[in-house]
Amino acid sequence: MTDAQDALFRTLADPTRRGLFERLCREGEKTVGALTAQAGVSQPVVSKHLGILKQAGLVRDRHEGRQTHYSAQLGALSPLIDWTSQMAGFWQSRFDDLEDLLKRMDP
Amino acid sequence: MTHPAAETRSVIVEREIAYPAEKIWRALTQPLLIEEWLMKNDFKPVEGHKFKLRRDSQADIGVIVDCEILSVKPNRTLSYKWSAYGVETIVTFTITPTTAGTHLRVEQSGFQSDQRRAYNGARASWPQFLAALEKLLARVN
Repeated sequence: MTDAQDALFRTLADPTRRGLFERLCREGEKTVGALTAQAGVSQPVVSKHLGILKQAGLVRDRHEGRQTHYSAQLGALSPLIDWTSQMAGFWQSRFDDLEDLLKRMDP
Repeated sequence: MTHPAAETRSVIVEREIAYPAEKIWRALTQPLLIEEWLMKNDFKPVEGHKFKLRRDSQADIGVIVDCEILSVKPNRTLSYKWSAYGVETIVTFTITPTTAGTHLRVEQSGFQSDQRRAYNGARASWPQFLAALEKLLARVN
């Protein structure tokens, strides 16, 4: 595993951090306050995790007045994600299940 | 079906299967059978029919794919739109009888390689990525 992958996996291994990152992926840019409201941990803890995500390049922050807005940087996942290989793997395993089904079906 | 490599990306998976085309066609087009190898669904082999594929994954993320049938040629080809997480692709199954059985090919095409689509592609991959991550983490340490 490369250093870049290693750092990403370590950063995303923590369930709270993964949860924060996932929300930013699904819902777009959010303030620390908005993230804290649903994170189940205190604002300093959320800020600490956001700092680690930022270090890994997974989020970007943007200051506006007294608010800091965070957004997901999906490009940072590119060492781990290649769409075509993901989908190829998906269809390979679906075809495994299809063949298994064909064995069990009436002729 | 060909696509300019610079504009779209395709996934092609092919397999030789030791069963006749008719039987594979049933597995591709009957809802209870589709559920056994792909996902839960309200599929009907009718052009224009819209349906959903759903999977409740082991992680906390469910997968829903919005589909629309584009083409149905019994025992030969089946094609539908496959839209998930804002990524719209087309999935085409092609069935070809061979001397030993049947050649089954799936092509998922239409994924744009520009930046916006790459962004959506990452979103599309996210549930699989999470599952893969969890598996990896279970093996490490």
